[in-house]
Amino acid sequence: MLEKALVGSRRYWTWVFFLSAIVAIGFINYLFQFKNGLGITGMSRDVSWGLYIGQFTFLVGVAASAVMLVIPYYLHDFKKFGKIVILGEFLAVASVTMCISFIFVDLGQPMRVLNVILHPTPNSILFWDMIVLNGYLFLNIVIGWVTLSSDRKGVKPPSWIKSLIYLSIPWAFSIHTVTAFLYAGLPGRHFWLSAIMAARFLASAFAGGPALLIILALIVRKLTKFDPGREPIQALGKIVTYAMIANVFFLGLEFFTAFYSQIPGHTHPFKYLYAGLEGHGKLVPLMWASTVLAIISLILLVVPQWRRSERILAFACGALFVSLWIDKGFGLVVGGFIPNPFEGVTEYWPTLRETFIALGVWALGFLVLTLLYKIAVSVREETEGIEIEH
Amino acid sequence: MSMDRRQFLKVAGISTIFGLGGAPVINWLRNDGLEASHVLTDEKALIGKHWAMVIDMSRFETEEDYRRVIHACHSIHNVPNLDNPKDAVKWIWTDTYHHTFPGQENEYIPEEIKHKPFILLCNHCQNPPCVRVCPTKATFKRKDGIVMMDQHRCIGCRFCMAGCPFGARSFNYKDPRPFIKEENKEYPTRTIGVVEKCTFCFERLAKGLIPACVEASQNAAKEAGKEPGMFFGDLEDPASEVRKVLSTRYSIRRKQELGTQPSVFYIIGGGKNA
Amino acid sequence: MIYALSLFLGRRERPMKLYDSGKIITGLIIFLGLVTFPFFYNIGKANVRPDPKIDTPAIKELKEKKCVESKEFMRAEHMKLLNDWRDSAVRDGARVYVNSEGKAYTISLQNTCMHCHSNKKKFCDECHTYMAVNPYCWTCHIAPKEKET
Repeated sequence: MLEKALVGSRRYWTWVFFLSAIVAIGFINYLFQFKNGLGITGMSRDVSWGLYIGQFTFLVGVAASAVMLVIPYYLHDFKKFGKIVILGEFLAVASVTMCISFIFVDLGQPMRVLNVILHPTPNSILFWDMIVLNGYLFLNIVIGWVTLSSDRKGVKPPSWIKSLIYLSIPWAFSIHTVTAFLYAGLPGRHFWLSAIMAARFLASAFAGGPALLIILALIVRKLTKFDPGREPIQALGKIVTYAMIANVFFLGLEFFTAFYSQIPGHTHPFKYLYAGLEGHGKLVPLMWASTVLAIISLILLVVPQWRRSERILAFACGALFVSLWIDKGFGLVVGGFIPNPFEGVTEYWPTLRETFIALGVWALGFLVLTLLYKIAVSVREETEGIEIEH
Repeated sequence: MSMDRRQFLKVAGISTIFGLGGAPVINWLRNDGLEASHVLTDEKALIGKHWAMVIDMSRFETEEDYRRVIHACHSIHNVPNLDNPKDAVKWIWTDTYHHTFPGQENEYIPEEIKHKPFILLCNHCQNPPCVRVCPTKATFKRKDGIVMMDQHRCIGCRFCMAGCPFGARSFNYKDPRPFIKEENKEYPTRTIGVVEKCTFCFERLAKGLIPACVEASQNAAKEAGKEPGMFFGDLEDPASEVRKVLSTRYSIRRKQELGTQPSVFYIIGGGKNA
Repeated sequence: MIYALSLFLGRRERPMKLYDSGKIITGLIIFLGLVTFPFFYNIGKANVRPDPKIDTPAIKELKEKKCVESKEFMRAEHMKLLNDWRDSAVRDGARVYVNSEGKAYTISLQNTCMHCHSNKKKFCDECHTYMAVNPYCWTCHIAPKEKET
């Protein structure tokens, strides 16, 4: 089926080459970073994780969201998702590819990355993150590919695929729980030291991922002959709405605990992010933008007439995605390091090269997504009218 | 004999797996031919079950008192001189009382303590979160209590830096070598992309010497006829210096409530402030 | 293989046509050029046998000209020995190596090995360059300063 990604219109190839160019620019900057060290980024002794790890954290959520299609379709026979589950699975593949790439570019000694396998350390959450991420990548590639090629041939997929599909459901929850555990168990970082981290992560994942999926489905409908269908998109919209309500509610819970208890370790990071601390406030405009976008998107999503309009839904999903990207992909990670263990403030902002490397990884992910979606959409176009058998 | 493409691919795949898997097995079976050789610890080495340090801040009075201990450590360990808050690499350094003990904010402590620099370093915790999170055991806890660094294995993920509640660890964001004033040829440097921190001078302990900072502080005190400001010893040895000092003077540790069990104890007041 | 190929070709009913022959043959020539580049680039450059020098001042002062282990052993196994030394000194805290003849040495690349073999360029690099290996020991372990001859 790979050959389907090798034929396409002029628009398709222009897009592929555009993405490849951004990947190349990112790669060149990465070579510079490899030679000169991570000092070319904005990270410091105090803020030792920045844009790369933030993006990784956000994208694990997007990857996990495939499960929001798999559960209704495979566990509850919600036939409407039949044609688009593949879009969720392939989005998961692209997202996990980006996650692994972001971790790789963040390492100080990337040539030693195999040490994590050569010296397995079960007490380290990073060890488990490596296992669950790679496992999830493998699961989604196999499940997506096998089910899609069965659809193309018009037959039922082999029976063993069902066990992998059922496995992928708890596995999807696990990837984001494990990623949350990276943060939630560190005794010195009070911004993260909260039991609700994993729940917050999952809620924002199940809001942000399907939101992206809605936008991608609408793009697919516009650019190709495959129409995902109005009803699946509406169903996804309801999932996004409920997940976003949960996510905003959980954030509110965190605010309450911090500000009602008045414990400095809890209040200070929030103060830094939303009001500035000791004269430092680089992130304040960003965090408020995230809040405003979240509120706007929630209002547009909750009101049924507005959610039913696909234009308004698309706008709400876009606003929601950006809002969550800021909150999880930036605010969460940086906020954990500010104030530092000495109650001082060292701010962080990514450098230009760091941004190019990050964009390069995003372009790589979108390239993988484009190629996989081209294959999936071509199969759907070919088999239009034929019932899905799995 | 005919074989279709599927069968051929299956045979090729399984042979590859066996071939690749065989290599480590053969490596393991083959010995290096040196039965008689073995490793030992040096007889002079200091042996302990739980190394700890006591810092009596009342004995630190002049700028030289601080400079001497920091210089002792940073010079023999080739610690690069990058002093900016972004790339700083430091194994032992100074900061104010409020930054050293953030949970102990107190507006009414004596002025001299409020403005006095305190000495900070890795606390070599008994229950270290940095060791718990390291994915390669590049940082690990020795039997004698030292939280050690294996710079050969570190992949530079900086999870340990996120895990340390005390900000004791530094990362080599740049190549350190251009920033080393005078190299000590008997100790290695580090390289880009690995984390480093105080190691309680494990290489000196192995030769029977106490940590450089403690030695510098104690030598200077002896010369000036004063009481020393730093003590080092085995907490599990009731006759050790550290046990004697801790049993007679009140001490605190940084962020005790987090349960990491630091092994560096601070005596704050002393003399008139006892 | 050739037999099988001849059987395969011989069974065809009409001569086989090579489609896109222009692109394929051009591609083949470029590929062969790239793949054989290392060979014809190095024509004429004699492959000099490595000649590691052990005439350092420290070695000249030794009564018995012996390394930690025998030359044959070191030539084949010094990589593994150094790895074992690294784990033993850093991870196990054991810094004394008793060799196969019972003599004790301090485990240290910088202070034991490089003390005698203080000429990295004429000793270590000789074989490493020949074998095209690039051990990164000396990015951390300080190599002794050598006189530029």
